[in-house]
Amino acid sequence: METIDEYKVPHGLMAEFDTPADIMSAAEKIRDEGYTQWDVHTPFPIHGMDDAMGLGNSKVGWFTFCCGVLGFSGGMFMIWFMNSFDYAIPVGGKPNFSPLGNFPVAYELTILFGAFGTLFGMFFLNKLPRHHNPLFNSIRFADVTHDKFFLVIEADDPKYEEDEIRALFEKLGSTYIELVNE
Amino acid sequence: MAHDSVPTSVKISPPPIELERPSLVENDRPIGWISDTVANVIEAKTPLWWKVLFAISSTTALMVPAGLIYLITTGVGVWGLNNPVAWGWAIVNFVWWIGIGHAGTLISAILCLLRQKWRTSINRASEAMTIFAVMCAGIFPAVHVGRVWFAWWLAPLPNANAIWPQFRSPLLWDVFAVSTYFTVSLLFWYMGLIPDLATMRDRFRKSASRIVEPMAKLRNKFAQFMYGLFSMGWTGSNRHWRNYEKAYLLLAGLSTPLVLSVHSIVSFDFAVSQLPGWHTTIFPPYFVAGAVFGGFAMVMTLMIPLVSLYKGLDELVTVRHLEVMSKIILVTGSIVGYAYGMEFFIAYYGGNPYELYAFKNRAFGDYAWSYWWMLGCNVISPQFFWFKWCRTTPWFIWIICGFVNIGMWMERFVIVVTSLHNDFMPANWGYYSPTWVDMMTYFGTFGFFMTLFLLFCRFLPLIAIAELKGVTPQADPHHPLGGAKH
Repeated sequence: METIDEYKVPHGLMAEFDTPADIMSAAEKIRDEGYTQWDVHTPFPIHGMDDAMGLGNSKVGWFTFCCGVLGFSGGMFMIWFMNSFDYAIPVGGKPNFSPLGNFPVAYELTILFGAFGTLFGMFFLNKLPRHHNPLFNSIRFADVTHDKFFLVIEADDPKYEEDEIRALFEKLGSTYIELVNE
Repeated sequence: MAHDSVPTSVKISPPPIELERPSLVENDRPIGWISDTVANVIEAKTPLWWKVLFAISSTTALMVPAGLIYLITTGVGVWGLNNPVAWGWAIVNFVWWIGIGHAGTLISAILCLLRQKWRTSINRASEAMTIFAVMCAGIFPAVHVGRVWFAWWLAPLPNANAIWPQFRSPLLWDVFAVSTYFTVSLLFWYMGLIPDLATMRDRFRKSASRIVEPMAKLRNKFAQFMYGLFSMGWTGSNRHWRNYEKAYLLLAGLSTPLVLSVHSIVSFDFAVSQLPGWHTTIFPPYFVAGAVFGGFAMVMTLMIPLVSLYKGLDELVTVRHLEVMSKIILVTGSIVGYAYGMEFFIAYYGGNPYELYAFKNRAFGDYAWSYWWMLGCNVISPQFFWFKWCRTTPWFIWIICGFVNIGMWMERFVIVVTSLHNDFMPANWGYYSPTWVDMMTYFGTFGFFMTLFLLFCRFLPLIAIAELKGVTPQADPHHPLGGAKH
């Protein structure tokens, strides 16, 4: 087996932690060390972790906003086209197109499109679905959705140096360290 | 060793004892216990009571297709509808079911925006309830159009004469409101499920090596595949959580105006017409309050037995949760009671004799029985929740919630039928009673609803695992239980 392992491409070095406080302080340290291609994996979102990792604000809102605007204007345009332009239906001397009477439908479409934009925007930004992930090669990593906290520094990080990182992880109090292959 | 170098940001002391709230998960369970307890419902052998209930509900559900096939092949005459009362049980059932859905969205969206952490142990099941209730609701207006093969005229498509739907009609607004409501609720529910589906995927992956029996191995493989497929390759990455949490907040922000608008638009079906008893401006807020009221009653009707049937869930859904929901029922029930009173006052004060007659007829006319049932169930019964014993005794809450469910159905019956049966001209007056086909279809939807809900309990995590972990002190890096050092 060892001969095969030699040809395996390393994906990154993974460290396991037991508590949110441990992973948080580890993340702060890794951020300050200047690594770029790394991530923290936790069973639930930890409050304050975005700052600990040095991440900015999420951009999902732009997808919601643009799709919402599209939903509202698309809804108004649709009703204008159908009831006023393509086949006008005069009813009781009321205007063929009125933004007030058409508001409920355009409003619902704003929410509908906005919701689709939010979910699929989230998928797009997270590059999901990704059913094959090298991290799934580690059975230990299966605890990430249970009660363990993981920190992974990827091999394509410019500062990646396996022995150095292993020593750093040990110093940070990791309870288990594993090299994950592609 | 490493703990000596803990940065100062982590060294924050917990709040003083007097500011601590009672914990949401009892007995300070570790976070792994939460996933074990919730996943155990899926992993354990199917309990006998589940099989019995499933057999009963799925058989009852057959009454829906039976009733509908008979209706469609014979004609709408098999329903009890007549000339003044053209909207009968079908519309009553539609409004009742759609109203029930509102509690789920209120819990998942509005309580999320208000940072009510207790919502995390009931939001998943309530959202499932919403989706299944809206499915039951959707059946009725779709067949109520009469000639169901023309139901596609409700869609924004040109018919054979190239005429488009008429967007000035509130009935068409309703089509858009309800279909948006269903779709957005489904998206929200699914997004919340993703991390928990990943939990299930990983649990089946971990247990795979312990299984020897070939059939069990195959089942395990299938479970891994299905949970894996729908969890989209979720790894709990914090870069993902960042977008996920923002998306969750945005969906909550979108669902809040949605849930308020859906029942408002349902009420427009009535309020935009000219009929005394329907043509009132109080309808939108009154309908929304009633929907939340009835919906919370249904949440408790489902959750109280569920929690006692599954071991360990009573530490996740505690008496504190039931008490808080009872308070919401008390508040919304009182709003509904106020609306009943205000309707009467305006009918008197507005000086319209037809309006006044419609309300007198509700309370003292042919359908007075339904009015007093409504008043007793919706206004009197929630008042018990002023007393702490009533709010904290599950069996008592369950009985009150049963009355609220009945009362809210009666309310819709009162609104729909009493306003129609005696309108402007006495020559047009009539009396409406449902037929056995009406009743069969309605009771069938209970079976349909329960079938879906039982399947949900059996195969999907019925408590939001990741969200619930996130609100425990064990998840707080600044709390001693979360590993913070002093």
